[in-house]
Amino acid sequence: MKQMLNVALPKGRLGEKVYEMFEKAGFPCPDIRENNRKLIFENPSVGVRYFWVKPSDVAIYVERGAADIGVAGKDILLEYEPDVYELLDLRVGVCRMAVAAKEGFRDDGQRTLKVATKFARIAKTYYAAKGRDIDIIHLNGSIEIAPILGLSDVIVDIVETGTTLKENRLAVVESILPISARLIANKSGFKFKSECIEAIVQSLAMQTEERV
Amino acid sequence: MNTIANVLLKDDEKAIFRLRGLFRQYGYRHYKMSKFEEYDLYVRNKSFLLSDHVITFTDTDGKLMALKPDVTLSIVKNRRESATGIDKVFYNENVYRVSRGGDSFREIMQVGAECIGDIDTYCLCEVLLLAAKSLREISEDFVLDVSHMGILSDVLDLLGLSDTGRAALLSCIGEKNLHGAREICRREVVPEEKQALAELLITTYGEPSRVLPILREKLPADVCAASLDQLEQVLAALPGEIPPGSVRIDFSVIHDMQYYNGLVFKGFVKGIPTGILSGGQYDRLMQRMGKNAGAIGFAVYLDLLEELVTPRAEYDADVILLYTEQEAPAQVAAAVRKLSADGKSVRAQRTLEAGQTCRELWRLQGEEAERLEANA
Repeated sequence: MKQMLNVALPKGRLGEKVYEMFEKAGFPCPDIRENNRKLIFENPSVGVRYFWVKPSDVAIYVERGAADIGVAGKDILLEYEPDVYELLDLRVGVCRMAVAAKEGFRDDGQRTLKVATKFARIAKTYYAAKGRDIDIIHLNGSIEIAPILGLSDVIVDIVETGTTLKENRLAVVESILPISARLIANKSGFKFKSECIEAIVQSLAMQTEERV
Repeated sequence: MNTIANVLLKDDEKAIFRLRGLFRQYGYRHYKMSKFEEYDLYVRNKSFLLSDHVITFTDTDGKLMALKPDVTLSIVKNRRESATGIDKVFYNENVYRVSRGGDSFREIMQVGAECIGDIDTYCLCEVLLLAAKSLREISEDFVLDVSHMGILSDVLDLLGLSDTGRAALLSCIGEKNLHGAREICRREVVPEEKQALAELLITTYGEPSRVLPILREKLPADVCAASLDQLEQVLAALPGEIPPGSVRIDFSVIHDMQYYNGLVFKGFVKGIPTGILSGGQYDRLMQRMGKNAGAIGFAVYLDLLEELVTPRAEYDADVILLYTEQEAPAQVAAAVRKLSADGKSVRAQRTLEAGQTCRELWRLQGEEAERLEANA
């Protein structure tokens, strides 16, 4: 029997885009295109099993070996620092991690900066490198309203087009780093399924090069 | 054969027995130590530990003590400064630490071997061989990745990176992150031919017979020759002793350069998602602790054996024997003895509790035991 490769894909538009790349790489699974609530799909003939998981959970599935490979945003990898291989920048889901504040905000550096974010580790690392004293306010969603309601001075969050910020009269103050989707692999799984994973990496790399 | 060990021992207990036998075969002596150590030892060597969380308590004399999160530091500490020759020791000890990704302390059974003193290349070969054989005792399907901190360090020195660039590039090599490494080299304006060396360490991995010639050809001989020679010598001593293809060169194995200087390695077993064995040459730790000696060793994290999918126990016992107050204890004991004569497990109790399962359900009436049903 063919050895199955377990692939964790992030639910949503990004996952669908990435699946197409896997399909082109020779790992199709037609069932996945059916419109239903199933979360696991497999194609034994090519030896692949896909499953949809919450984007922020992909790295956990891969680190813990439930998936051999997966696709996770660089933001998640920096925030949770999973012990995985980061094999390829897929150059999809491109956005940036940025500091945003109310339009016209100026940090005079004279008091502790209140930072609302989902990405506490990224924010801490960024401000530690600048030697700036901050107070992290950990939020799980609707980060944009924190400065409006005076909960925080700034937010650290993912900015794609900037529309949400604009609609809430916020503006990017500083860019922290670019973000995109990365192909990650479980370190142990990579040892025992290296041929198959390397073939996928090669094909996906060619597809990303073609897009540039 | 259903020996007592096969039937009664859990996987980690069996592994301990086999590994102890293996280490003894090579003349390693058992090193037994106390569960506690002065906390100060760990404060001074925090980054040597897998996790910087330590369980502490104040001893009766006011000293701040710790439940051991690590064994190697204690072995090194206890080596006399005037000691000569080589200490070859092995241990199996419980350590207490927060596992990676976890949020609470765990008691973890760790088995390991250390070779400390005037170590030579044979010692390196022997410890690497023991590491490979330890993995083989756990599973035939294993991979031992071997790297060399000397080669990594030599190449990084050549690139002329800033401290942060160096640390970031090292972590990219550990992640097999080629795109990240390229970005760092671009940012730090590393010349192309030197960047190619960093890329080589990420993209070149696999069986020594294939990888070594590539490294010989592409790494600058004047810089990396000594480390490469050592790596080659050590790996050449292995073939024949272990399954082909199980030992590979892979520079993604990276240990802290403050402590490790030469050969480093990590072992993986199919079905366990993280490395189950980790080790290397840690002469720098010896120097930091004021010991004039070299050292190499490794630890096997036996708690990870739980990750191997083994079938769950189907039954609470092979036989459940029900008795009443009418039966004398001697009658119950005799019935248990009789039913367990062929190696079955027998659980005697007065009533069958909800959710209990057994292969055979028996009832004792006087001296006679009667089988009520199978697969209850």
